[in-house]
Amino acid sequence: MSGQELPIATNGDVVLVRQKVRSVAAEIGLSLVDQTKIVTAASELARNVLVHAGGGRVEVEKVSTGLRPGLRLVFSDEGPGISDIAQAMTDGFTTGGGLGLGLSGSRRLVDEFDLVSAPGEGTRIMVTKWAR
Amino acid sequence: MERVPILKLGDILIVSIQIDLDDQSVLTLQEDLAETVVSRGARGVIIDITAVEIVDSFIGRMLSTIAAMTRMLDAETVVVGMRPAVAITLVELGLSLGGVRTALNLEKGVVMLEHARSAEG
Repeated sequence: MSGQELPIATNGDVVLVRQKVRSVAAEIGLSLVDQTKIVTAASELARNVLVHAGGGRVEVEKVSTGLRPGLRLVFSDEGPGISDIAQAMTDGFTTGGGLGLGLSGSRRLVDEFDLVSAPGEGTRIMVTKWAR
Repeated sequence: MERVPILKLGDILIVSIQIDLDDQSVLTLQEDLAETVVSRGARGVIIDITAVEIVDSFIGRMLSTIAAMTRMLDAETVVVGMRPAVAITLVELGLSLGGVRTALNLEKGVVMLEHARSAEG
């Protein structure tokens, strides 16, 4: 565990999260396309934390399966949580006035996607991108 | 919040995004552009995203909104300079930027706008 935690409380923080994820992704040797994908996913998920929960945090962590390095991001908040996760993961479903691609689109951009949430208990989303 | 400068070249407005835009700056740019299209009587808008490392759903929506908005104000928008990795990511994200015209670079964007205009007569 070599994680670094960043707060997500303002629009500016979302930009800082993108920059941090970009630099760690480059550091562990993700391809340019994979860097772009994980940074884009991070931007979507950080915005979700801000819009739906009013703020939260992300832990940026380098992981490894022995040979393959990877980048893991854990977004967590103490917001209202998600009552219907299947519905929230559907393309085009939105409660935030956006395009409804944040969750569903992010899942397509990463290798692993794990969402834990319940009404009143906040939301925790863990995503991982592995170097090829 | 940072402001993106809007340059004028003839009746074309050129916006080159050189900074990592936060969401508020994105909304400000949309409003600035709508006002400038009208105040300068622009017929075309070129948004250069050569330096933009990621386009997420918020920025993608801005591009679609600007294209639709300027069309209503009698100006055509062309987005130029999209990086290959950005295009790949956008498609996977699920955003096709329908209604947004694109060109590979600034020069081709200018040519595209000139053609659109000469077709109008």
